[in-house]
Amino acid sequence: MEEQYYAMLHELQAVDFVLVELNLYLDTHPWDTMALQQFNEMAQKRQFLAAQFEQCYGPLLNFGHSASPHGWRWAMPPWPWQV
Amino acid sequence: MWIYEKKLQYPVRVSKCDPMMARFLIEQYGGADGELSAALRYLNQRYTIPDQVIGLLTDIGTEEFAHLEMIATMVYKLTKDATVEQLKAAGLGAHYANHDRALFYNNAAGVPWTASYIQAKGDPIADLYEDIAAEEKARATYQWLIDMTDDVDLQDSLKFLREREVVHSQRFREAVDILIQDRNTKKFF
Amino acid sequence: MNQFRVYCPFIGPFDPCPPIREKVYSTPPNLFLGFQPPGLPQFNAHEALKLGTLWPALYSPYPGKQT
Ligand SMILES: [Fe+2]
Repeated sequence: MEEQYYAMLHELQAVDFVLVELNLYLDTHPWDTMALQQFNEMAQKRQFLAAQFEQCYGPLLNFGHSASPHGWRWAMPPWPWQV
Repeated sequence: MWIYEKKLQYPVRVSKCDPMMARFLIEQYGGADGELSAALRYLNQRYTIPDQVIGLLTDIGTEEFAHLEMIATMVYKLTKDATVEQLKAAGLGAHYANHDRALFYNNAAGVPWTASYIQAKGDPIADLYEDIAAEEKARATYQWLIDMTDDVDLQDSLKFLREREVVHSQRFREAVDILIQDRNTKKFF
Repeated sequence: MNQFRVYCPFIGPFDPCPPIREKVYSTPPNLFLGFQPPGLPQFNAHEALKLGTLWPALYSPYPGKQT
């Protein structure tokens, strides 16, 4: 895999991690409007990054949560444990 | 339902072929305080717990599956191209006889995973205290695993997983705080 | 805050192995933080991923066993 694959993946992993953290935090702090706002901003950013990644390397999600415009790339390697 | 995402939560790199370490890491795959136990524990408890904490159990349970996949990735990479001789030397001869290089839900001593590793008492406080204990035990297990390897890349991923246990424990403690609050008293947060 | 505590195990006169004089155990910040207050400082996204938490207040480094 080329360097760009890892760079784009890492960018997405970083943003997604912030979302995981904010999600768990909001589960016990649903009244924290600042955190909620940050969560929503990050969710937008993740959509953009995920779309960019999928454009280059194929769908990230199964069952139609990612479209597959360039042939059926979903079931093609690499799988996460292979890279 | 669940949707699979074709990426790891955190990058997993290992810098050398080390089937012996894979054998120890399997503790967090199919052991009592491992990621499978964690995921199944939380996702099962959520049906009989107050609504205020169902979301938390669902989300932490889901994250545990991401951690299970990271452990599987480590084991896969550490054993992928190991020779039978190397596997035997690493104490994985018995495993090879039964499974070749397939992963299996057993602990570091080869004991298969069992549902008795996880509890569901139906009492919210008892269940959340079990969850807090499970997170601390998983944290400790990651410490011993970090101690057992000098592979800096592997240590890096294990340190990430250890830190996640700290955060999970924090959230479960907050869940207890929420449930012990008298709903008739005013919230001051 | 120091995230480790030390204790000295009893050393018996007939212990066969050379004694480990000090045992260290981890006391991570989740034991002390209480209900997390809102608005705590955050790591940036890449630091957060690297360290495993978004909040410095919950970060618990583990250097590995010294002995
Ligand atoms: Fe956990």
